[in-house]
Amino acid sequence: MADSPVSATALKPGGDPTGPSTPGGPSGGAGLSAKQVQMRSMIQAIGMLPVLVILCIGFHFLTEGRFFTGQNLSIVAQQASINTVLAAGMTFVILTGGIDLSVGSIVAISAMCGALASFAPGGGILGILAGLGMGTFVGLINGVLIAGLRLPPFIVTLGSLTYLRGFARLIGQDTTVFNPDLPFAFIGNDDLFGVPILAIIAFAVVLVSWFILRRTVLGVRIYAVGGNPNAARLSGIKVWAVLLFAYCASGFLAGLGGVMALSRLYAANGLQVGQTYELDAITAVILGGTSFVGGIGTIWGTLIGALIIAVLSNGLILLGVSDIWQFIIKGLVIVGAVALDRFRQPGART
Amino acid sequence: MSEPTAQRVPMLEMRNVTKTFPGVKALNDVSLKAWGGEVLALMGENGAGKSTLMKILSGAYQPDAGAEILVEGQPVQITDPIAAKKAGIAIIYQELALAPNLTVAENIYLGQEIRSGGLGVDRRAMAEGCGTVLERLGAPFGPKTVVGTLSIAEQQLVEIARALHAKSRILVFDEPTTALSARETDRLFDLVRQLRSEGIALIYISHRMAEIYELSDRVSVLRDGTYVGTLEREGLSAESLVKMMVGRDLSTFYKKEPNQRAQDSARGEVIFQAIDLTDGGKRVKPCSFELRRGEVLGIAGLVGSGRTELARLIFGADPKKGGEIRLEGKPIEVNSPQDGIDHGIAYLTEDRKALGLFLDMSCGDNINIGVIQRDARRGGILDLARAWKRAETAFQSLRVRAASPLVPVGTLSGGNQQKVLLSRWLEIGPKILILDEPTRGVDIGAKSEIYRIIDGLSRQGIGLIVISSEMPEIIGTCDRVIVMREGHIEGEVGGETGLDITQENMMRFAAGSAAHAT
Repeated sequence: MADSPVSATALKPGGDPTGPSTPGGPSGGAGLSAKQVQMRSMIQAIGMLPVLVILCIGFHFLTEGRFFTGQNLSIVAQQASINTVLAAGMTFVILTGGIDLSVGSIVAISAMCGALASFAPGGGILGILAGLGMGTFVGLINGVLIAGLRLPPFIVTLGSLTYLRGFARLIGQDTTVFNPDLPFAFIGNDDLFGVPILAIIAFAVVLVSWFILRRTVLGVRIYAVGGNPNAARLSGIKVWAVLLFAYCASGFLAGLGGVMALSRLYAANGLQVGQTYELDAITAVILGGTSFVGGIGTIWGTLIGALIIAVLSNGLILLGVSDIWQFIIKGLVIVGAVALDRFRQPGART
Repeated sequence: MSEPTAQRVPMLEMRNVTKTFPGVKALNDVSLKAWGGEVLALMGENGAGKSTLMKILSGAYQPDAGAEILVEGQPVQITDPIAAKKAGIAIIYQELALAPNLTVAENIYLGQEIRSGGLGVDRRAMAEGCGTVLERLGAPFGPKTVVGTLSIAEQQLVEIARALHAKSRILVFDEPTTALSARETDRLFDLVRQLRSEGIALIYISHRMAEIYELSDRVSVLRDGTYVGTLEREGLSAESLVKMMVGRDLSTFYKKEPNQRAQDSARGEVIFQAIDLTDGGKRVKPCSFELRRGEVLGIAGLVGSGRTELARLIFGADPKKGGEIRLEGKPIEVNSPQDGIDHGIAYLTEDRKALGLFLDMSCGDNINIGVIQRDARRGGILDLARAWKRAETAFQSLRVRAASPLVPVGTLSGGNQQKVLLSRWLEIGPKILILDEPTRGVDIGAKSEIYRIIDGLSRQGIGLIVISSEMPEIIGTCDRVIVMREGHIEGEVGGETGLDITQENMMRFAAGSAAHAT
């Protein structure tokens, strides 16, 4: 995808607007040529796509053709969807140079709120709003602590990871809240033209995230804040507002993830829902080539990262690999994929 | 000064060094000799190949086949930094490479700690071992001092101590005075002379002519990756050096024609006033001055005299604790850079990499970042066509040399980076433009272009403030200069003061008149 807001406009390939006639000799302008720039942004955009393709083809042969079937692909899409939504929020946060460890717990508390609200009259819309609202609210708290009080994101969200899990259990009285007549269960279980609604939501989230990052003032500022917060402030950017948005977005999307999980299960359990989801989300973002120090990365990379994780799980299950080995293989693939990426793009930061 | 004679074997000789990067020949058949007991200055514009050459010496880069490096006549292979150290070569970098949380002794012994037992470190032996080196250098600190608590100049001393302790015979100084005050610079020079008398070969890289005059025995000049020539101390002159570096005369280097400018009708009325502006006395004591439309006001003073801090107060980067700012006669409140920008005050930082540019982002984004909100459509959606146009226009008018505005700004040379940053501030349409060290780390060609831009802006009626440590730059570009010392305005030259803008007049204020009188 386009690497920069201005790059979406027509670029004449090979066009050299300055020409060689400028004074001072050729030594000063040691930039990249237009072609090199195109190559670079293409490589960056493709990123881990080859790994994903190889995994898919490999599993297809190993499972003797059971991978590329309509039914299985729909399962993969469904499995990837919640993580994609969380990872999209995580992309915003990591692009600003931060981290949100609390998304798994936000999924739990949002699912719990949604489940409890769904019993009320008109619980359909109320349950969804309760989940989304709870997620956004928690994101706002994270954001205020990080952007307003300038506390370190790792510690703030490590704290909320812990206390939110407690709150989720508390408001559900440490039981599973089950609603067999969940009004919005169709979200988690129905298809639209053969595509799971969960996957459609996830893809819509990716599209909206792309639009925000690449087509809005806010998006440019997110990259700027992550790339150089001091320069961002001196350029007149309200850094705190950008950070606040990132954590609110992550909270909102984790809330959406909670609603999606609830609608799939008809139930919420404060202890179990969303456990270690934050790790999968972070993994997807990193696999997608987003720099951990901020300022570099794309939402498409994140989508590919989330798909790699889902394909890997699905393929290993199809092969009947025990879940002990699934952990080991998944971990090694993640390390290997990132190492490969580093090898392919020397000098790139991860 | 010892005589480098033909009979003696050079301490360091580089023969036929060529270094090709994909598409670029960074060094083309460069040969250099450096003798023990002399200071060889290495000069050249940015991009001339000095740093590439030094990186080959330090083992960071490998030269192309055919190159030879000899130390005391013996060929050596510098395959990595450890090999460089073994060959007796040490480089004192611009950015110091010390671990700030460790002690002086630990830094000096870094990577070759004296062990005690299996895993333990014998701190006492290390402290004693580097005590002699520190004494020899006259260091005002002990081996147990934590490096992070030392000043930059003292940290530099630690670097030198480390090099000497490793028995280095060839010392390369890369722009060592950039962050030093005048007094610290003097002390460093004494040290360089001492090392020279001890028979060490010193290679000194600097942009500052005055330092080259003061220190060097010979000056070698690189241009566009090729060796241009070497001047002996006797034949040294500014004109000949500049000519060698640039390959042309620079008679029209500074663009100012003050008499003509003074007659321009655009300038005249006071556009900006600072009245008792202060940060509470920490770095900036109450300062008052005014700036006229189309005027280029210089702020001179030693490093640390509060020039940058004053500029940051005006721009809103730091909170002011007292005083008033008036723009076009009206008092304004500037509490953040955003406020400053909204009022048309722009500040070009002295540290463009740390505080100015977004190095991974495109030139286009870097140019547009200050105005994207203003340009945006409803809902904060980018106006891409407009952004592209701004970037292209800026590229043309400031002659930025890069393939396209899509190129990440971090891949450009210093001069072009500076032009991109300058474009950002010009795009906001400033009434007042503060330029803090506008030509730092910029090659001579781009320098003269920046001077031309400054001149053009003043003709448009913009009020300009130029902060610079380079006296010739102040003299060449400014109509009037205020001189700061220890946080306050010590004096003023040029304009209607009756004092000419000369190095002597400015230095008298910068150093404090009383001190000068003695």
